[in-house]
Amino acid sequence: MAGQALLSARGLIRDFRGFRAVDGVDLDVAPDSVHALVGPNGAGKTTLFNLLTGFLRPSGGRIQLAGRDVTGLPPEQVARLGVARSFQITSLFPQLSAREHVELALQSPSGLGWRFWRSAKLMRRYTDRAGELLDMVGLAELAEAPAEALAYGRKRALELAIALALDPKVLLLDEPTAGMGLEDVDRTVDLIARVRSGRTVVMVEHNMSVVGRLADTVTVLQAGKVLVEGPYEQVRADERVITAYLGAADAAH
Amino acid sequence: MTSTVDTPADAARPTPPSGLVTVARAPGWVRYALLAVGLLTALWLPNGLYPAVAVDILCWALFAVAVDLLLGFTGLMSFGHAAFWGTSAYVTGLVAIHLGLPFPVAVLAGALTAAALAVPIGYLAVKRTGIYFAMVTLAFAQLVYYVANEWRSVTRGENGLQGVPRELFGLDLRDDYYFYYAILPIVLLGLAAAWRIVHSPFGRVLVGIRDNPARARALGYPVHRYKLTAFVLSGFIAGLGGGLFAVGHRFVSLDVLHWTTSGKAVIVVVLGGIGTLWGGVLGAAIVVRLEDWLSFSGFEAIGLVTGGIFVLVVLLFRRGIWGSVAALVTRWWAARRR
Repeated sequence: MAGQALLSARGLIRDFRGFRAVDGVDLDVAPDSVHALVGPNGAGKTTLFNLLTGFLRPSGGRIQLAGRDVTGLPPEQVARLGVARSFQITSLFPQLSAREHVELALQSPSGLGWRFWRSAKLMRRYTDRAGELLDMVGLAELAEAPAEALAYGRKRALELAIALALDPKVLLLDEPTAGMGLEDVDRTVDLIARVRSGRTVVMVEHNMSVVGRLADTVTVLQAGKVLVEGPYEQVRADERVITAYLGAADAAH
Repeated sequence: MTSTVDTPADAARPTPPSGLVTVARAPGWVRYALLAVGLLTALWLPNGLYPAVAVDILCWALFAVAVDLLLGFTGLMSFGHAAFWGTSAYVTGLVAIHLGLPFPVAVLAGALTAAALAVPIGYLAVKRTGIYFAMVTLAFAQLVYYVANEWRSVTRGENGLQGVPRELFGLDLRDDYYFYYAILPIVLLGLAAAWRIVHSPFGRVLVGIRDNPARARALGYPVHRYKLTAFVLSGFIAGLGGGLFAVGHRFVSLDVLHWTTSGKAVIVVVLGGIGTLWGGVLGAAIVVRLEDWLSFSGFEAIGLVTGGIFVLVVLLFRRGIWGSVAALVTRWWAARRR
């Protein structure tokens, strides 16, 4: 299994001042699969995401991408190796337009960003491709609007467009449908279903219907550890998972 | 020309600009008209002011634009830019005195030294953000100040470097009026360079880093290296200003490295408008002119007046003079088109 996995973690640990948020997680994400991470709040899903993308350094364990050790690499290098991510809390450049966001992402792999002596008009070479991507996520009409003026669902769509602009091998989506209305959820699920071909998607998701519609494999985390892993139907019926969720619900009361 | 981020032409901006930058984008003819007015003013300046004051305004304009490149477009507040302004002033002075080279060559040597000094300082400083970045830059600037103070054999300590020549192929530039026109092309080149940096693909990345560094990193941009490059470019432009200042005054004193010089640069930028580039030029003109007027009128507590104006601007016009005017004009323009 480990040999085939595109993205894998072995014994991943992350400590925060005496609190172990991720506690010895093993994860194998198969190529061309959609892999969902679920679990109650505080299970360590977002911490795991931040470890996988270099935003946090692991306290222990290794991370491999396509057979290459990427443990401890800074986020920009992980991104350059083909891992794109979205953020749980919408993370955009408020004053740039939607099109400028995508252009900035498209420009990233080239050296153009260093050309401080050239005109920004050179970035127009990305305009066509940016238009296609914005069209894909349903933002074609809002291409020139500054990100801060977009409605919430549109911002999430823009996040996806930026991640896709990097043409990543692995797409990590942190709660892509969080806070969305039903219509936007459907649209996002359709979109992920469309862009997943030829790509590997890892997503943190609370909405079980979304997980059921998209995920090939589901990993359930609890208290920083892997509780169960397997296909959606199997995981959903697992006693331990039901207990974990009910337990978390009880604790919340 | 008024705007900062190179936004698409005629992009509808439904919300008023927020944060550090006015994203107003005036139509083409307005920008060319402003450019023409700016150039004509620059050409006329020593006829309307004391030429020595006009020379100071040019030098400080470069300094302010250099600081705004970091403060307005990279989101870094350097509180130690006197290190680059002052180092360049000393190197320019020393090169001009001891080697007798034409002053533009001396100024270039000074600016390059300032840029070289910005590499290690920037390397250590860009790992910090916010107030910690300001403190690291201040600490290094103080270090440079004390080195200059102690290294008397070279810097002449408190006596300063005297008699910096205004050599330019034997031309007589002793008169400040002619010297102004001799340095004007260099200053315009420096300002044009800053404008180009801001409106380059690099400048676009800087604005991204300023607004959301985590997102920029997730896109694959090495944020520290971008900030360092901006820091070095800023150091070079500040150095251009400092070198010209040294030749302009024919004298370099420790004041050029003092922390109040760094502070004044920040005040000039805030007064003119952070993230507006040309606001810094305006701020420099106002502060230098005002200080000259106050000192001429025999008023002692100059800092009290400039400080008071600074507080007023920060409280009432948070976008600075240029930013506030640009926002007003944009609103008027948008209303008219409706």
